[in-house]
Amino acid sequence: MSVKLTIIEQMERIAREHGKILAPLKEDLVLADCGLDSLGFAVLVARLEDTLGIDPFTAAEDAFFPVTLGDFVKVYEHGGR
Amino acid sequence: MAGVEALSLRDFVANAKASAFFANCHKVARFTDLSHGSSLSGRPHDLTGRSVLVATKSQLTTALALIGLDGRARRLVIAPPDAEPDHLTAVIEAAEIDAAVIDAGTPPGPARGLPACVTATASIMPMRENTSARHGTEWVLMTSGTTGVPKLVAHDLTGLTAAIKAPSPADDAAVWGTFYDIRRYGGLQIFLRAVLGGASLILSSAGEPVADHLIRLASRGVTHLSGTPSQWRRALMSPAIRAIAPRYIRLSGEIADQAILDRLRATFPRAIVGHAYASTEAGVAFDVNDGLAGFPAAYIGVVRDGVEMQVVESSLRIRSPRTASRYVGGSEKLADAEGFVDTGDIVERRGDRYHFAGRHGGVINIGGLKVHPEEIEAVINRHPQVRMSLVHPKRSPITGQIVVADVVLKTDGEEGGTRQVELKDDILKHCRAALPRHKVPAAISFVTTLNVAATGKLLRRQELADA
Repeated sequence: MSVKLTIIEQMERIAREHGKILAPLKEDLVLADCGLDSLGFAVLVARLEDTLGIDPFTAAEDAFFPVTLGDFVKVYEHGGR
Repeated sequence: MAGVEALSLRDFVANAKASAFFANCHKVARFTDLSHGSSLSGRPHDLTGRSVLVATKSQLTTALALIGLDGRARRLVIAPPDAEPDHLTAVIEAAEIDAAVIDAGTPPGPARGLPACVTATASIMPMRENTSARHGTEWVLMTSGTTGVPKLVAHDLTGLTAAIKAPSPADDAAVWGTFYDIRRYGGLQIFLRAVLGGASLILSSAGEPVADHLIRLASRGVTHLSGTPSQWRRALMSPAIRAIAPRYIRLSGEIADQAILDRLRATFPRAIVGHAYASTEAGVAFDVNDGLAGFPAAYIGVVRDGVEMQVVESSLRIRSPRTASRYVGGSEKLADAEGFVDTGDIVERRGDRYHFAGRHGGVINIGGLKVHPEEIEAVINRHPQVRMSLVHPKRSPITGQIVVADVVLKTDGEEGGTRQVELKDDILKHCRAALPRHKVPAAISFVTTLNVAATGKLLRRQELADA
């Protein structure tokens, strides 16, 4: 499964588990408006480390959290290389 | 127990029945030999009136040495088996130690350089004893669970034995066993129970596998067996657990959750399964024998057996004659002005019971929401396929920390990949049903084993907690 699909699948799953409704997951979706709260994102990053084997945010000293879903996916695609 | 202040441990072994003994996997030592003999290489007199560090490797030589030292030494300081040499140097200075008892296994270190250094053995040499000169020996234990130099906690024999009731005639044939090292407060209680009750005590040897220890306990006919919940979980993993049939099972040193109590009850349907609460500083506070986790709320605010407990800002505080008298060296106060010791253990009231929720300082902070890992572990451990679990914080770029869980399954990793994913989902579902969502682990890893520290307690990853 592609990195992007893995991320989207996890986001949908966490939204279900947390009883949240996700906005349509488009590239330019602003993450802050996607429907997950900060705990949801914290869980997402932890789960992605579990499935993809990387945590690009905690590993880097000056990691900044991306603004859009497209940027978020790129961070993982980049980190995975 | 009344009258202990006038007696030393030698008096108890002298009055024990002829069959009582201490044993490890190599050796048996009889109480009767101890009453007119010594394990201290013929040199017990060198230790009279001194401040003595007990730095023996073997629990058996420790047990025999303690009996030889009580009433003889001015102070005895018991080093746990994993004491670091640097720490011992600081301890020697703080407790004005001028003598040591070591054994063949004691590693090179500061204990061997003291003015009087006596080698203890597991053999007892006959010796005539002058019983007129008696010291009220101060017993000093080292605290565990903290980094840095351990604190030295001073007790006397009266306080240490105050929670021990006179044995009933039915207990005459008691044979004690302990997974818990007797050089720590919880294990020392078992040693003292055996000595005061004139009952045999089976000790583990360093590095002895759990299965071998269980087989040995069985062959000696153990009736009373004590350990931490982690040690019991580990023992239950061994098929050799079926060899033993204790009448009394005791848990202390960690939170006894409902899952471990239920599992022990199911494994030993005829045994009394009790959990005790004690700390090195506060002493034994209470035993709970109704098979339920936590303790009755009615215990708070009253005096029971001389022990008074209060809950202040969720923290359990204890005032009792079993409480340590002071810290040796340093100026830190052990109790407040009213004599209460703050245990640092967090309790939460649910209905008519208080439950332990974790330690002050062991709290995980998830975006400002505080979580005690023990509370989550108790929920995970209730899942039918879970043997034990460790919940720990993981750094999170978003909430600072988040909880994740390492889980040991009963089936020991025989599960295939798909089945593992299903099981993880099922455990998480089980957590979501019982916990608010910030307490549900973000991820679960299946592991084959969890580390249990020398203290018998689950090793928590402090370095991650500090992150």
